[in-house]
Amino acid sequence: MKVGVVVFPGSNCDRDMYHVLTDVFNLDAQYYWHEKTLPKNIDAVILPGGFSYGDRLRAGIIAAHSPIIKDIQKLAEKGIPILGVCNGFQILVEAGLLPGVLLKNESLNFMCEWTNLIVENNKTPFTNQFKLHEKIPIPIANGEGRYYVDDDTLKQLKKKNQIVFRYNKVVNGSSHRIAGVCNQEGNVVGMMPHPERAVESEINPVDNKPSSLIFESLLIKMGVNN
Amino acid sequence: MSLESQELSELKLKIGRDPTSTELQIVAAEWSEHCSYKSSKKHLKMLPMKGPLVIHEKGYDSGVLDVGNDYVVTAHIESHNHPSAVEPYGGAATGVGGVIRDILSAGTRPIAIFNGLRFGNIEKDQQARWLFKNAVTGIADYGNCLGIPTIGGEVEFDDCYQNYALVDVAAVGFGKKENLIKNHAKIGDLVVLLGGSTGRDGMGGSQFASDSLESEDRSAVQIPDPFIEKLIIEAILEARNHNLINAIKDLGGGGLSCAVSETADALGVGIEMDVNMVHTRESNMHSDEIMISESQERMLIVTNKTKSKKLREICKKFRITCSVIGHIKSGNQMHVKKGKKTLANLPTNVVANATLLDLPSKKPAYLKTIEKEKKFKPISDYSKTMMALLAAPNIASKIWVYGQYDHEVGIRTVVKPGHDASVLRLDNGKFLSVKIDGNPKQCYINPREGAIGCFEEACRNVVCTGAKPIGMLDHLQFGNPKDPEIFWTFLESLKGLTDFANDTKIPCVGGKVSLYNETPTGPIKPTPLIGVLGLIDKNPLIPQKITEGDCLVIVGDTKDEMGGSEYFEYIHNFIGGKCPVVNFTESKKNMKTVLKVIQNQLLKSVHDCSKGGLAVAVSELCMTNQIGCNIFLDKVPGEKLDVVRILFSESHSRYLLVMEKKNLKKVEDMLRKDKVSFKLIGQFNGEKIQFTKGTKSIISLRVDKAHKTWFNSLKDLVLHG
Repeated sequence: MKVGVVVFPGSNCDRDMYHVLTDVFNLDAQYYWHEKTLPKNIDAVILPGGFSYGDRLRAGIIAAHSPIIKDIQKLAEKGIPILGVCNGFQILVEAGLLPGVLLKNESLNFMCEWTNLIVENNKTPFTNQFKLHEKIPIPIANGEGRYYVDDDTLKQLKKKNQIVFRYNKVVNGSSHRIAGVCNQEGNVVGMMPHPERAVESEINPVDNKPSSLIFESLLIKMGVNN
Repeated sequence: MSLESQELSELKLKIGRDPTSTELQIVAAEWSEHCSYKSSKKHLKMLPMKGPLVIHEKGYDSGVLDVGNDYVVTAHIESHNHPSAVEPYGGAATGVGGVIRDILSAGTRPIAIFNGLRFGNIEKDQQARWLFKNAVTGIADYGNCLGIPTIGGEVEFDDCYQNYALVDVAAVGFGKKENLIKNHAKIGDLVVLLGGSTGRDGMGGSQFASDSLESEDRSAVQIPDPFIEKLIIEAILEARNHNLINAIKDLGGGGLSCAVSETADALGVGIEMDVNMVHTRESNMHSDEIMISESQERMLIVTNKTKSKKLREICKKFRITCSVIGHIKSGNQMHVKKGKKTLANLPTNVVANATLLDLPSKKPAYLKTIEKEKKFKPISDYSKTMMALLAAPNIASKIWVYGQYDHEVGIRTVVKPGHDASVLRLDNGKFLSVKIDGNPKQCYINPREGAIGCFEEACRNVVCTGAKPIGMLDHLQFGNPKDPEIFWTFLESLKGLTDFANDTKIPCVGGKVSLYNETPTGPIKPTPLIGVLGLIDKNPLIPQKITEGDCLVIVGDTKDEMGGSEYFEYIHNFIGGKCPVVNFTESKKNMKTVLKVIQNQLLKSVHDCSKGGLAVAVSELCMTNQIGCNIFLDKVPGEKLDVVRILFSESHSRYLLVMEKKNLKKVEDMLRKDKVSFKLIGQFNGEKIQFTKGTKSIISLRVDKAHKTWFNSLKDLVLHG
């Protein structure tokens, strides 16, 4: 299966994500510069973290207008699994592929720390190997990571099962402690924490197994499709 | 901020005529202390720079170490003190940018940032708090945006930095040996300026940094743009992979003047350039401004005509500007033109090599009496004193700082910040451990022993992770060198570092000197900062959770060395006493033995004793592991000392070894065999940090309470005053 890693000017977790996809999970991954087109037969697309365009104006908003976004929109409509991590999540939100917005953290500071996620939806292509409410030790690293939706949208998200991950305690003041969401169809997922930083035991001080399930879910999903 | 009169006559003599105004500007920038090291260069040669792992190439701004399997590590250290004292956000951020470009210039990818920050008394001084807060944000915003993890450093507060700031930044790079850029140039090669535009920021920055800080000249401070820096990093590395770079130089202090003259001088060629070809931020910039502007995120590249086409394509991809500003010619002249008009035409060896000074030195008078101790009122409640120390800004947890730095990006960080040294995994299966340490309190009392102490502490810290020290970076920060007493302290520190480096065979792979660090109330305390790089072949010691029943063994003697201690300075507000002295034999023996025990995988964790002495070191282990410990002070090896000295003396060469009880005997056997001084001093259990002497309880603290104080006090101080 082929996974595309999209690179925007200022992406900085692209190489980490590529390493995890290829060296840890033996996937066929390829970088796609934001001005290139994505092949129609691609199996999954990942938007990695970083500071696209230096977070100018607002995190993710300029990258959301990159030429490659049109391709991503088309692939999303076709049901191809798409994952946005950190800045990738911010871009998906700004591009209108996911609901809500990401605001500055409550502390007004950049935050880099290990947190725990709770899986709220185990039906997406990136969470199908989790038990519901399973705990994932994982690091966050962001300045604008506070997910916000208004009350009506929050009700909708709950109703349509679009909340994928929540923090197990208040981390940055996000609505309903949300850390990750998906679109109504469930194939587009965005999350602020960094799974690519948590899948290898050497650098994960707690437990690397839960984060690995995010990538293993994708493998299983593809296996089923193939 | 220009040439001194004898320098001007010297220049006239060397070129045989009156210099033009542009020439004056160029030479003033290049002959500034900051660019020329004129006061220090003669003496810096004493440091050993060679070693089996050190790779030397011409024109490198960073040190290169061979880490095996055809991989290299590069390292460099710099400071941005003057700019940060005026504009802490921009000053600190551009400090990061500059050192990163030095790493990039070798053709290696920057993989880690470290910073050493020093400010005035933040408990009393609002301005110190403002400087601290903004310097941290500046570093965070810059490093985080680049995606280079900031994984270590230190923060210290001392009255001597009142209204001032020391912002030291070190960076480490990694790459294949074959990808190192070997600087060379042929006649006719093109000289390209790549990256950000040249503007009116950082005007005369290097001269500004070479003088005492009298004016708040904000135009001398550079404006940071980490996004452009990130694009430059990717563009340069791509160009390097296509072998498009013949020679490369970062634009730092002295701007174009310095980069052009030093490149030509290092390569033994001439360069002709046209200021009209430089892409500028404003249309009406004067030629002299273009030559001395220190605008950031710029690189000077020498390439040839064929390669330059591909280089342009890469720049186009990243939307960064590159301008051909000149070419390489024979001879050794730096020829600066504006269209057809010549503005400057100088021999580069004259520009790039200021006449070195041999400044007089004299032992400062204050040193005669400084090591005498004062008598203090006896302390009635040591637990209270201990809590005060744990809350002291110099000892309290620095999580408020490193929590704002992305220290995980790059997925190399095996041992995270908050431990003795940080450890990165490398692509060849080995691990790199790095730490920077300074100690101005001890260096003030004894410039020689204090400097050696910083060096040994940094070694100790990397040893605690299982690494063997392989290289050292020094950053020597002092006041005005023209004051013979200050210059004496500089020389003493340098001699001390040289002696320890020679004795331990740890080569100096890079360094920097920063002089004229003067505050409105006088010179800063001598502040050498030492970075040590250590290599681990396999199995770094990642601290494991300490549990009930684990044993605590101390290696190394505790001596009567209270001078410069946090206990004297913070609790008693007393500067003086005997400075800790490193015994070279003991130091090497302890290092070697501790490494051996770690390599045998007998230990759960190792922590060094430094600031706050044994009492603080043990408490840190307890607090970070949320477990109590019983320590018997009678057992602590060393001279017979009173309770205060055993608890708070900051003697060097001491390590705390934590192990499961079942490994105790094996560890003791190894230590005994190597004849190091050691003792089992306690066991972990319960919820209290307890120090006892005989049957008398000296300190008894609840771990959770101590942790809360230690963990939150710096953050509370910054946020709420």
